[in-house]
Amino acid sequence: MLTRRVVACFDVIDGRVTKAQRFQDNIDVAPAEDLAQRLYADQIDEIVFYDITASAQKRPIDLETVRRVARHVFVPFTVGGGIRGLDDMFAVLKAGAEKISIDSMAVRNPEIIRDGAEAFGRQCVVLSTQVKRVGVRDGIPSGYEVFVDGARVATGLDALDWVRRGEDLGAGEIVVNSIDRDGTASGYDVEITAAVAAAVNVPVVASGGAGTVEHIAEGLTAGGASAAIVSSILYSPRFERNLTVREIKEGLAAAGVPTRPWLDG
Amino acid sequence: MITVVDYRAGNAPSVVYALEHLGLACRTATTAAEVESAERLILPGVGAARATLDSLRDAGLVDALTERVIAGGAPFLGICIGLQVLFDHSEEGDTDCLGWLPGRVRRFPPGERIPQIGWNAVRPVRPHPLWDGLPDEAHCYFVNSYHAVPDDGTHVVATTEYGSTFCSVAGRGNVAATQFHAEKSGRLGLRILSNFATWDGTDPGSARC
Repeated sequence: MLTRRVVACFDVIDGRVTKAQRFQDNIDVAPAEDLAQRLYADQIDEIVFYDITASAQKRPIDLETVRRVARHVFVPFTVGGGIRGLDDMFAVLKAGAEKISIDSMAVRNPEIIRDGAEAFGRQCVVLSTQVKRVGVRDGIPSGYEVFVDGARVATGLDALDWVRRGEDLGAGEIVVNSIDRDGTASGYDVEITAAVAAAVNVPVVASGGAGTVEHIAEGLTAGGASAAIVSSILYSPRFERNLTVREIKEGLAAAGVPTRPWLDG
Repeated sequence: MITVVDYRAGNAPSVVYALEHLGLACRTATTAAEVESAERLILPGVGAARATLDSLRDAGLVDALTERVIAGGAPFLGICIGLQVLFDHSEEGDTDCLGWLPGRVRRFPPGERIPQIGWNAVRPVRPHPLWDGLPDEAHCYFVNSYHAVPDDGTHVVATTEYGSTFCSVAGRGNVAATQFHAEKSGRLGLRILSNFATWDGTDPGSARC
């Protein structure tokens, strides 16, 4: 049986992992390479790396940091931030990623999703979305709108319309980042996560808001997600006590959510 | 010395990083001459079947691989798309493949989310030298929408469940391949790579092509 994934997310600035609240006020955590090694040893299922300022600064992704992380991580490694086209995707894969995450750039140029899927297979292309609850109104029938550029810019796109289009264009996985819940430790936005999971047939990843093991379990059950992105719970200095991957997985097992078994020794 | 085939649509660096971490000597090959002089070969992959074969053909690597592996008997490990291209044909883009192993590559049937992405249990159905030291059930990392259906049951080394049971490790003589990403399957995947480094290319369960 395919198990559910616990995915660590790195918001990287200048080679260092940072932690934000609602996409703002990033505080420093650790060098990306060091944190990656620690989490790999702790048997994390996957690492997602976002170069979070590349897109807004209109510069290419920080490939040197991607390489430094990839050298130490022998679990899946997804990389995003500032991907503008096929050449950038090639560069990221050649730096050691096996999935490419596209977010703001896909809204500006949706064909980038199709191009990536044709060149590498759809399993390589992850559509990451920043969604915010804005209430049901004209053009936003789901009540959730897509934002870009670090949650700063509204797009007028309905979240469910956008993820369906992304799947049609060739996205192999959809990440639902809740802007409202990001860094709040108040739980995933289960409503939009479940709505996206029902709207598409590709795997869906819950993101934004996990503060407890119960939140993670909820995202993977009621939220319908195949994977749960966590960050604060693992390493935020704002938390009084962080959890290890092993503690999270033991909690998920107790809640009846299967994950990759822990390997002793 | 392990030679990792480095083609345009591939992810050779991930495999190289894993081999370096294990302290295993390796190099990458981008030319036919480098493939033909290889002691043992890994064909990695993340891509689509047609793009992979086009890249290999454009680089003149298809004939070199066949010469070195099928005629020359060099130990060979295919990973992910590097497993799928070994069969006769893939439904993905209606693509004719290498034909080293008889069989076809089919899309997962409807019912489960496609692609399959994540850690799934791999269970050997017969002994194979690459599985030395691994448990009877090992969780490994998969990213695939298609899977191989070998014509010859002896070419199935291990299976995995996703909607139905599919071949997750294939082997025929000196040719072996994993549908999962051995280089991204943590400690158990690394063990497969280290087993490959010392494998003499014999397979008690299946004769060479």
